[in-house]
Amino acid sequence: MTTIDHDVQTETPFVPSFDTPSEEGRKLAIICSKGTLDMAYPGLILGNAALGEGIETHLFFTFWGFDMINKKTQSSLKATLLGNTAMHMPQGLGGIPGMTHLATSQLKKAIAELDIPEVPDFLDQIVASGGHLWACRLSADMNHLTEADLRDDVEGIISASDFIEMTAGAQLLFI
Amino acid sequence: MPSTTIAGRQINVNDEGFLVDPDDWTEELGAEFARLIGVEMTEDHWKLVNYLRQDYRAQGETPTLRRVSTQTGMPVKQLFTLFPGKPAKKMAYVAGVPKPKGCV
Repeated sequence: MTTIDHDVQTETPFVPSFDTPSEEGRKLAIICSKGTLDMAYPGLILGNAALGEGIETHLFFTFWGFDMINKKTQSSLKATLLGNTAMHMPQGLGGIPGMTHLATSQLKKAIAELDIPEVPDFLDQIVASGGHLWACRLSADMNHLTEADLRDDVEGIISASDFIEMTAGAQLLFI
Repeated sequence: MPSTTIAGRQINVNDEGFLVDPDDWTEELGAEFARLIGVEMTEDHWKLVNYLRQDYRAQGETPTLRRVSTQTGMPVKQLFTLFPGKPAKKMAYVAGVPKPKGCV
């Protein structure tokens, strides 16, 4: 019944293993705690990359990171020279009026040139890719914010223990 | 360099199984790549695959998911529906181009 020719034809082809068992059930949780433009991006880039690899991804916004999901502030995050020696400019310059605006527009330009979306669009893309956004209860209470102040795709304002519970077994990144 | 037989043709693939030379690609091969990774090709799938091949030829690199979405107008959500799990890599594989290098 089975000829030699047939055996050659049905030799198992070498195909990329897109769904390796070791990655099955991998989960990533990223805590976004910063509200500066430069520090908003690491979490967005890594979260987006994880989703592209088929990994369940949760972003938890806390403290200054709330500015990333607050409808009022998400489009106006800023970068500053102050306290950031990696900008390699004299720190005194950072206090001059207009310097924060300049640093922000320079960074925005560099990001746009790489075709990387602005923060609100990036979060849209993350949600469209299946990512989950969560807000921190304490930060909301401290700033007198409710769900109405946050992006509509934030799934909930949750406590620290809720977060710990729901990220059981997840890999964690604190940014 | 490993080689493998797919759709009755012996082709060179890299260590991950991606086609080495995009010029070896034919539609028949693409359809078989898709079948092997469990993707059933529809008109939308072909639209993406053809865009990937055309953009790769023009730019010399495989577009990232974001670029695919902005350039074809197909929402990111739909890309994940058409090529579930790892859309960027899966569509690159079917299109016979290298997996994308860009981060976003």
